[in-house]
Amino acid sequence: MKDLASRALNFAAMRGVRYADIRIVESREQVACVKNGNVDAVGDAQTEGFGVRVLIDNSWGFASSATLEADEIDRVTELALAIARASALVPGERVDLGSPVTSNGKYTTPIEIDPFSISMEEKLSLLFKADEIIRRKKGVKVSEGNVLSARHNKTFANTEGAFLEQTLFETGGSIAATAVADEEIQIRSHPNSFRYQGSAGWEYIRKADLAGNAERIADEAVALLSAEKCPSKETSLILGSSQLALQIHESCGHPTELDRVFGTEAAYAGRSFLTVDKRNNFRYGSEIVNLTAESVRATGLGTFGWDDEGIPASSTPLVRNGEFVGYLMSREAASKLGLVSNGCMRASSWNRIPLIRMTNISLEAGDWTLDDMIADTDDGIFIDTNRSWSIDDMRLNFQFGTEIGWEIKNGKRGRMLKNCTYAGITPDFWKSCDAIANRDHWIMWGTPNCGKGEPGQTIGTGHGAAPARFRNVKVGVFR
Amino acid sequence: MKFKEIADIVLKASPAEQTEVVVNYQDASLTRFANNTIHQNVTERNVQIGVRAVIGKRVGIANGNDARQEGLEQLVRTAYDLAKLSPENPEFPGLPSPKPVISINAFDQRTAECSPRDRAERVGVVCRKAHSAGLMGAGSMRTVWSGWGVANSNGVFAECRTSMADITTVIMGENSSGWAQQSANRIDDIDIESIADEAVRKARIGANPVDYQPGEYSVVLDSYATANILAMLALDGMSAMSFQEERSWLYGRIGQQVMAESVTIADDGLDASGLPLPFDFEGMPKKRVAIVDRGVAESPVYDTLTAGRGKVETTGHAMPPSASERYGPLPMNLFLKTGASSVDDMIRSTKTGLYITRFWYTRPVHPRDAVITGMTRDGTYVIRDGEIAYPVKSLRFTQSYVEALKNVELIGSTPRLQWEEFFTFSVPAIKIGQFRFTGSTR
Repeated sequence: MKDLASRALNFAAMRGVRYADIRIVESREQVACVKNGNVDAVGDAQTEGFGVRVLIDNSWGFASSATLEADEIDRVTELALAIARASALVPGERVDLGSPVTSNGKYTTPIEIDPFSISMEEKLSLLFKADEIIRRKKGVKVSEGNVLSARHNKTFANTEGAFLEQTLFETGGSIAATAVADEEIQIRSHPNSFRYQGSAGWEYIRKADLAGNAERIADEAVALLSAEKCPSKETSLILGSSQLALQIHESCGHPTELDRVFGTEAAYAGRSFLTVDKRNNFRYGSEIVNLTAESVRATGLGTFGWDDEGIPASSTPLVRNGEFVGYLMSREAASKLGLVSNGCMRASSWNRIPLIRMTNISLEAGDWTLDDMIADTDDGIFIDTNRSWSIDDMRLNFQFGTEIGWEIKNGKRGRMLKNCTYAGITPDFWKSCDAIANRDHWIMWGTPNCGKGEPGQTIGTGHGAAPARFRNVKVGVFR
Repeated sequence: MKFKEIADIVLKASPAEQTEVVVNYQDASLTRFANNTIHQNVTERNVQIGVRAVIGKRVGIANGNDARQEGLEQLVRTAYDLAKLSPENPEFPGLPSPKPVISINAFDQRTAECSPRDRAERVGVVCRKAHSAGLMGAGSMRTVWSGWGVANSNGVFAECRTSMADITTVIMGENSSGWAQQSANRIDDIDIESIADEAVRKARIGANPVDYQPGEYSVVLDSYATANILAMLALDGMSAMSFQEERSWLYGRIGQQVMAESVTIADDGLDASGLPLPFDFEGMPKKRVAIVDRGVAESPVYDTLTAGRGKVETTGHAMPPSASERYGPLPMNLFLKTGASSVDDMIRSTKTGLYITRFWYTRPVHPRDAVITGMTRDGTYVIRDGEIAYPVKSLRFTQSYVEALKNVELIGSTPRLQWEEFFTFSVPAIKIGQFRFTGSTR
């Protein structure tokens, strides 16, 4: 790999680039899916290739290919140069990448059990066990479960002297029960509605105890069919940690991406209300709200050794005591603010350029127990497990729906509620946060399906959260 | 390596009772711009190969991008080994037998050979027009050529080449934006000047938007918003899989008048005015499927698995073999039958209402009724007494899309072709009598 990488970089350097890098990526993903007592799919997908990114004067070019051969390295590098020259026809500002990046080293996701060492029989057996329990429940129409194992071998080198090799593992899985009656569809998932996924080995799935939760989700899905609808009102809202993880993703993670702030995602993902004048000068949330970007936290989907520009993993505050203090950055974007990249450039594969992406964006734990938080709530609802999500292109106006909720009356969790939705405006919502559960309730969730960029890139991000309470929230937007 | 050679190697190497190979070659380039400059400019050459190995009713799927002989043989071994490990799926009907597939002309050499310089020059038109208007342009121009091939051990063999060009742009002022998009088989069919002009005009008339009270209003939807309605209805219920699992908005409504009589929605992979592909990813010929005919719910689309379950014939809507993305069959070439109105007619006929450019971040709230929430984006304007009165800030809606199409009052006469990932839409603007807005943004 080193020879191929050097060939591309030498080829580019000899033609006068200011900067070039190459990423060679080999990925394998194995999936097993079970539905209604049958195998829905078992599959193994592999992809391999390389991408060369070059900077000529102030214009970027990128070309990629699946053919890892010397001649193709030359063709693709030449093409990247031609593309950069074409970019110069519509030129922009001076590109400053800051100090050279010369990282060298190796990193492997710490895992206990290699997920590819587990046989397909064992994976299917685990899923069938949960599936059989779910299907016992009368009223369940669809029972499904899946497990995923992934491994990414990544080599990165640049013209500044960096050379990095990383092996990143991901493991995930989930089960779901869908109950149908008349015009009603209700679903319950475990551990999460998006696949529960982390940078981890097979031990991650064993801890998720899929079969041990199958009966509960089947019961809840059927019970939801006859549950009361979420009332329409303003009330106190306690978000379970998996729903809060997605709230963080959408309303903190995305608006702190500095490329959105600079308008370079305007035509697709959108922009951000957290404009540069607001850094260190804007109340994002209440004083107890502390949000951190951390690519060093165990099991997070945004955990790695270095980002795809060779910047080492780090921990960066985004919101401290409610004040907005930091962005997710690349080398180029950070330089525009006179800052240094905090290592958030990630590409979904060899055939995509790195973009500013979330790593693990987490809400720091508070000091409440969940029981105390509920006991302290006279009137409200407690909801969890995402079912729908939508937010505007500036990341201000959001509306979420969840699989399940419970009424809270006089400090006690009461009847089950279905079709729960809530809506708000990002800073108003976070300013209304008055209680966050403690470390015992804090879970690192994964969002494996975050989309951004053109051509599209889907990547996994991590979000640690414990349940939290928000006051005067509009719930039951659509009954 | 040509598709025939790949197919021969895979089918010869496979010890399975039945084997299928699906190949997609792709040379895809995209020039992206923002702040009136090109900031990302990329190209990719790849081949994606999917193999399904079948032993009785056991199925294994392997995907890869190594088209060398040893890579293909490894892919076959992986699929076969997975099939051996997989329990039987009693519903699996076996791989299909050959059916005649018509040939189409969906490939344009000039589009396939479009250079980075050519794309940059076209994008430069948008950036210069935005700059001249004192606005900021962002967007992308994409050119793609693809080779598609499907073969199986029952004798299915289908292949074709396609090309596609697509431009999207959002032009932004200080507090406003305008959007335009056009897709085509041939890059020379894209009118870059008019795309730029449309987005600039929208951004200009959208300047200084004011707050607007959520509520129920008549709406005139540009074709971009119409496309979103069809996209969400497709994902939420035009597949036989969601229909058979009783999750679809079509379920329980076949034969019923669910939309206005003026509404006919069909999927037609052979219509040359779209981005045609004559066969699906099982190599079955695409059939035109009327999903809604004159407002009456007619049928979802099928692949062989769901057709077997439903005791009907496949309509040629199978998706590529993949264990991780299991959507079931999907309509990829959707058409909304045009009417006789222009957008100006629709606005003139509206006493009070909203004119909306497009919808954004739409997600299902209740799939059975296709209740969707999302935001308006890149231009929302109040209509008063038949004229655009003033721009307003983006609004959130929570609305059943089936109900919305029940309230269609006028349909545009001019369809616009729009590509979006899996789907292409050929749809006009429409006027809807009632649409429910549930929030607003700042």
